[in-house]
Amino acid sequence: MSTRNLAATSLEPSWSAVRGIRRVWDRIFGPLSLIATLLGLVVLAALLIDVFSDGLPRLSWQFLTSFPSRKPEEAGLVSALVGSILMIVVTAMVAFPIGVGAALYLEEYASDNAFTRFVEINIANLAGVPSIIYGLLGLEIFVRVMFSITNGRTVVSGGMTMALLILPVIIIATREALRAVPNSLRQAGLALGASQWQVIRDHVLPQALPGTLTGTILALSRAIGETAPLITIGALTYIAYLPPASPEALRTPFTVLPIQIFNWVSRPQKGFHEAAAAGIVVLLVVLLAMNALAIYLRNRYQRRAV
Amino acid sequence: MELTDQTFAKSSLRRDSGPFGRARPRWGEKILERIFAICASISILTTAGIIGVLIFETAAFFQEVSLWDFLTDTQWTPLFAQKEFGIFVLISATFLTTVIALIVALPVGLLAAIFLSEYASEGLRKALKPALEILAGIPTVVYGYFALLFVTPILKTFIPGLAGFNSLSAGLVMGVMIIPTIASLSEDAIYAVPRSLREGAYALGATRREVITGVVIPAALSGIVAAFILGVSRAVGETMIVAIAAGQNPRMTLDPTVPVQTMTSFIVQVSLGDTPTGSLEYKTIFAVGMTLFLITLGLNIGSHWFVRKFREVYE
Amino acid sequence: MTVQTATETKTSTNGATGQTNYRASIKDPILMLNNVNVWYGNTHAVRNISFDIPRHQVTALIGPSGCGKSTVLRSLNRMNELIPIARTEGEVLVNGRNLYDASVDPVVVRRHIGMVFQKPNPFPKSIYENVAWGARINGYKGNMDELVEESLRGAALWDEVKDKLHESGLSLSGGQQQRLCIARAIAVKPEIILMDEPCSALDPIATLKIEDLMRELVKKYTIVIVTHNMQQAARASDYTAFFMVNDDRVGYLVEHNHTDEIFTNPKDKNTEDYITGRFG
Repeated sequence: MSTRNLAATSLEPSWSAVRGIRRVWDRIFGPLSLIATLLGLVVLAALLIDVFSDGLPRLSWQFLTSFPSRKPEEAGLVSALVGSILMIVVTAMVAFPIGVGAALYLEEYASDNAFTRFVEINIANLAGVPSIIYGLLGLEIFVRVMFSITNGRTVVSGGMTMALLILPVIIIATREALRAVPNSLRQAGLALGASQWQVIRDHVLPQALPGTLTGTILALSRAIGETAPLITIGALTYIAYLPPASPEALRTPFTVLPIQIFNWVSRPQKGFHEAAAAGIVVLLVVLLAMNALAIYLRNRYQRRAV
Repeated sequence: MELTDQTFAKSSLRRDSGPFGRARPRWGEKILERIFAICASISILTTAGIIGVLIFETAAFFQEVSLWDFLTDTQWTPLFAQKEFGIFVLISATFLTTVIALIVALPVGLLAAIFLSEYASEGLRKALKPALEILAGIPTVVYGYFALLFVTPILKTFIPGLAGFNSLSAGLVMGVMIIPTIASLSEDAIYAVPRSLREGAYALGATRREVITGVVIPAALSGIVAAFILGVSRAVGETMIVAIAAGQNPRMTLDPTVPVQTMTSFIVQVSLGDTPTGSLEYKTIFAVGMTLFLITLGLNIGSHWFVRKFREVYE
Repeated sequence: MTVQTATETKTSTNGATGQTNYRASIKDPILMLNNVNVWYGNTHAVRNISFDIPRHQVTALIGPSGCGKSTVLRSLNRMNELIPIARTEGEVLVNGRNLYDASVDPVVVRRHIGMVFQKPNPFPKSIYENVAWGARINGYKGNMDELVEESLRGAALWDEVKDKLHESGLSLSGGQQQRLCIARAIAVKPEIILMDEPCSALDPIATLKIEDLMRELVKKYTIVIVTHNMQQAARASDYTAFFMVNDDRVGYLVEHNHTDEIFTNPKDKNTEDYITGRFG
């Protein structure tokens, strides 16, 4: 596509009539930005292929049900799996009610005063604190100071630490869900003489629940993949037993999936690397399932929206 | 009772008032509200807890180690017999990995944001954006595995002197991890630039690329810088990638091919061992944690301040 | 300029006819539209627009809202193409060359046919940069300070901003911002300046300043202006084109003539109704 000069009389010699380098830049810029976008995806693909090709062969029922061992071929994931599940249950049971309660307060009850703004600043700030710092907090408070309750570096300490970590995420997601509920709904309820809590309990919260659950599941999926804070509070890397089938399980030492992976990666033997890859496959599958559930929930209830 | 537009305002919701009487508050409601307020205060408690814990142990640390030594010593050997505590050794490693990560993440993230908002069709955008978000959702321990066992061997073929543990692999992989952060925030900033500004530029005979680089990006700059600062903050606080792939050797260097130890890596190293409470090693990880916290806090506050001060007003 | 009597069709009737009633013949026009049609997706916006734009004159495009006058204006510098679903057929000839020919680059078109928008849209840059940027990217290698001053003088803004060239363009008042946009447009030395309701966001005093400015500008440039303000068209333009929407909701050119004639002796009943305020 060549250019023609229009109304040639207006052209002055100091202006470039030929758009050579301008055109080149214009032409390459689009594809350049596309390449950049694809670069990340290519690396992602390489990562997934690498992990799955190393890990899939190692995956087996034996792998999922054995304990870790000094011999790479015998190493298994069961204690880490159980530990992860237990910890996530504790995290969910702590973080969900507190997070929803906090969001309800901020969205439905609080007026715009200094306290509210202070809380909001805090939440925004906490979302940006590195996760390892939460580990230090958990170490000092839950493991040391509250030793008599938690019994030290146990499931409940880990669960509460993770709960604090994901609390800002749950609060923010729940607030969005609450904000999405149209005000006309609240007014309709109040206009019938219902109290505020009645309106919230019977109208607002049910409508905001899908969004809240989605946000919570996504937050929990992040918690499952976290390693640094749990290492810091002292989750061990070698657990060769299962916790007792009683509430005392919460007060026993534990390990989680990412830490087990970390432990295996850190060993020199190639056999352990394969075990690590297999562990990663399991972790990614769990994450995929949780994210899929969250997205499914969001889509299912969005269609039903008023 | 007059019906005004304030009738349903939040502040009036707390009282039951009106022609049917019952102006006294319901006690059950009050208790619930208190409970929810307590939930909200947990966030304040958390911040207070973090600051309190860090200050407490760091103060105890500085009773044994002088602040001057901490800031000026050029060795970091807290676990040896001959203990030295130069924090800048760890900071230099954090700095090195962060710089490498941002060299990757900033151009790629920004260009990806430009592509998604300026060039991509709606369908393409809907497909690519979530795909990029997946990068952000991969657990960092997986990235660590990838850096150590895939990237490092490949880099070794190009750089013969590359050590098995080095900051280059870790930095590069960290950069990939941060791409979605920068891309997503930059895209928001670019999206906010009004159409009329672009039209004004096109009407002067500018090419598309000139409109983007000459008008759109400068107008979105405050948001892009904020994205960059947030990316730095994430890189500084990142733990597992460096713990797995960058090594455990504290040394003050800018050489990306040798093992180093970052602040986060050190905390992990100590936590993996058996450290009695009250020992100097225990307090050391809090001192390092405090340093880390102050740096990321400064970056986060800086990013907010920057946006507030330089946010473009378009009309 | 000789004005010849109608060579086309019907005399005026009540209601829209879809046919151009009268079209002035222009000697040596700078722009000629031949059967320009524009669609937005499946919606036909304007049909068979044909008329000529004379050099160094102000041509006003008027009509009730929705009649397509902005669409016609934007087809003159190919700005419609920025909307993905827009499609243009027909010819827009500049000195005999069709702007829509495949060999013509729209980017170059826009340098030669500039545009000022309804709502002033200066860049969030300094006043100096606002004027300089367009020239710079088009490869201007001369003395930029001189060009900036010349353009700001040409927009009757120099005296008001000469001491604050490095302040933000957004710090100016609405009327000043619009003059800044005019300065920016003339800095790239176009032949034609298109103005899309340039005064509708401005107060009456600023409006008059811009109308005076147009009188000056037209000595060097050709101006085509869309306006919904009839008094402005009557005051400030030399030629006027009146557009309307047909029963099938497609815009068409009703009448194009010397402004005096349109406002004192309109050939089409619809034109007469519009300018006397019976509708629009």
